[in-house]
Amino acid sequence: MPDQPIPRSDDLIRSGFVTRRRLIARGMGAFLFLCAALSVFVTAAIVFILLRDSWDFFAEVPLTDFLFGTMWTPMFIDKQFGVLPLLAATLQTAGLAMVIAVPFGLTMAIYLSEYAPDAVRETIKPALEMLEAVPTVVYGYFALLVMTPFLQQFIPGLRGINLLVPGIILGIMILPYVVSVSEDAMRAVPDSLREGGYALGMARWQVATRIVIPGAFSGITAAFILGMSRAVGETMVLAVAAGQNPNLTFDPREGAATITAYIVQMSLGDVARGSLAYQTIFAVGLLLFVITLLFNIIGFFLRRKFREVY
Amino acid sequence: MDTDMKVERTAHRRIVPESDMPPPIKPSPEHETLRARLEDFSFYYSNGFQAIKHVDMPILDRKVTAIIGPSGCGKSTLLRSINRMHDLYPGNRYEGRIILEPEGENLIGKGADPVIVRLRVGMVFQKPNPFPKSIYENVAAGLRVRGVKDRHVIDEAVETALRRAAVWDETKDKLKGSASDLSGGQQQRLCIARALAPNPEILLLDEPTSALDPIATAKIEDLIQELSDSVTIVIVTHNMQQAARISHRTAFMYIGELIEFGDTNQIFTNPRHPRTESYITGRYG
Ligand SMILES: Nc1ncnc2c1ncn2[C@@H]1O[C@H](COP(=O)(O)OP(=O)(O)O)[C@@H](O)[C@H]1O
Ligand SMILES: [Mg+2]
Repeated sequence: MPDQPIPRSDDLIRSGFVTRRRLIARGMGAFLFLCAALSVFVTAAIVFILLRDSWDFFAEVPLTDFLFGTMWTPMFIDKQFGVLPLLAATLQTAGLAMVIAVPFGLTMAIYLSEYAPDAVRETIKPALEMLEAVPTVVYGYFALLVMTPFLQQFIPGLRGINLLVPGIILGIMILPYVVSVSEDAMRAVPDSLREGGYALGMARWQVATRIVIPGAFSGITAAFILGMSRAVGETMVLAVAAGQNPNLTFDPREGAATITAYIVQMSLGDVARGSLAYQTIFAVGLLLFVITLLFNIIGFFLRRKFREVY
Repeated sequence: MDTDMKVERTAHRRIVPESDMPPPIKPSPEHETLRARLEDFSFYYSNGFQAIKHVDMPILDRKVTAIIGPSGCGKSTLLRSINRMHDLYPGNRYEGRIILEPEGENLIGKGADPVIVRLRVGMVFQKPNPFPKSIYENVAAGLRVRGVKDRHVIDEAVETALRRAAVWDETKDKLKGSASDLSGGQQQRLCIARALAPNPEILLLDEPTSALDPIATAKIEDLIQELSDSVTIVIVTHNMQQAARISHRTAFMYIGELIEFGDTNQIFTNPRHPRTESYITGRYG
């Protein structure tokens, strides 16, 4: 191979090399900007459509009827548009999910962050994150076909379609996310704080509960709030295992359609575009959007706060 | 330890001028009791590196023992052995004995529980490390670990500890406030209060003033001198003036070995080993 001399800078300028490079850089910049802009645009478009179509809906149905009404019968002759049945089912399943996710998630995160040897953590964490790759419809049928019949042996009155089981399954579904994010928050607590705790004679579990959890508190809270927001927005499990029947109940052994399950049902059905029934999709969609947005905003601020601590 | 090495000494080698020397600490052997002693103590990090080599050293009761030496010589490693901090990381290994007197118990012996060792031996770190809690809860932490529940007992102990650490006046109006809002010097005194509150038998300090400004440093030095009436203190410092000012005994270490141990006045005015001498006269460090 002949020796290639290192090019001098004025040669590079004369040969057009520099100009080409500048063009490529500009082109790359523009391309990346377009990609970013596209995702912002898509989000904005979705919000716009949600707002526009639910605007038509709220022109006919007063907001208070929608928010506080207890009957949801858009397809009946006697049309009622009280969203409470859907909302109650959504919040109950999400709440049940938290009942599962908080204690188990916290325990697992503490174990991984404070107890597990590196090798164990390096194995368990990816395995846990792989659970996120399981299609949610699989979880749905698991709830319906395996877990519900199993639990029916122990819980009298548990219907085949119910809120309890999908709630539990939701909790298991968000567990990997919740564990992973709160474990990150715990590991961000500097070792110097742990050493301070040990130096006072704390045992490992005391360091975990008295130093690490308070130190990672906002991060852990953010993990759970974002997990909750996922549970609220989850669809397949609920559509499959919680039923399609808008039913205002506070007994999780019964089935009831959640907001997401309702949206699926309506989107698959053959309601006329532009009809009031059709517009309900957008009204409940907007409500769902507002709820998850709220959770995400709270979670965002908590996460930022915990980043600032160290 | 090599003590028979004879070195010619001249006055200019003194690092601290005569007039600046602390009031001489009168060695009064009849009042000196042993609190702990290291016997043929060695320490190996998990990578096999021997950071401490066969150290024999006494720790006198209610006296300040300073450990000095160039950076990387093993001062922190030695100090952190005394409360078994190295047990927190797998693979570290102690050898020899660290005997706590008067019981004669070996802190690194087979049966010794590191958690119990740490209940007896408190520690203050180089960088202030207040817990993400209130000032009050920081100082109360050590008491709660020991199962103290009585509000009044804790209130009183918190106040006493903050007073002893000379940080009470600055914190008494904001005990419920976050500890991280204090200045660095205040945080370090808070950490000292936190270590003092449960009345440890020995207090270990690892360069407690290295991150502080001169005023905060002076406060902590005063504090250490006052505390030495009631607590046994072992302090690591790379500030030789500090060692000279506040300690009764000084240990000079070099690459994992204890080169010289003695009365602080003697070490600084009349070092026996040439390495000690060149270190304290500033020829390397
Ligand atoms: N975790 C560790 N693993 C291996 N070697 C270490 C570790 N920590 C410190 N050392 C080594 O041990 C020696 C003593 O360190 P240290 O006690 O921190 O010194 P000093 O406090 O005197 O500056 C140094 O050579 C350092 O590189
Ligand atoms: Mg050190």
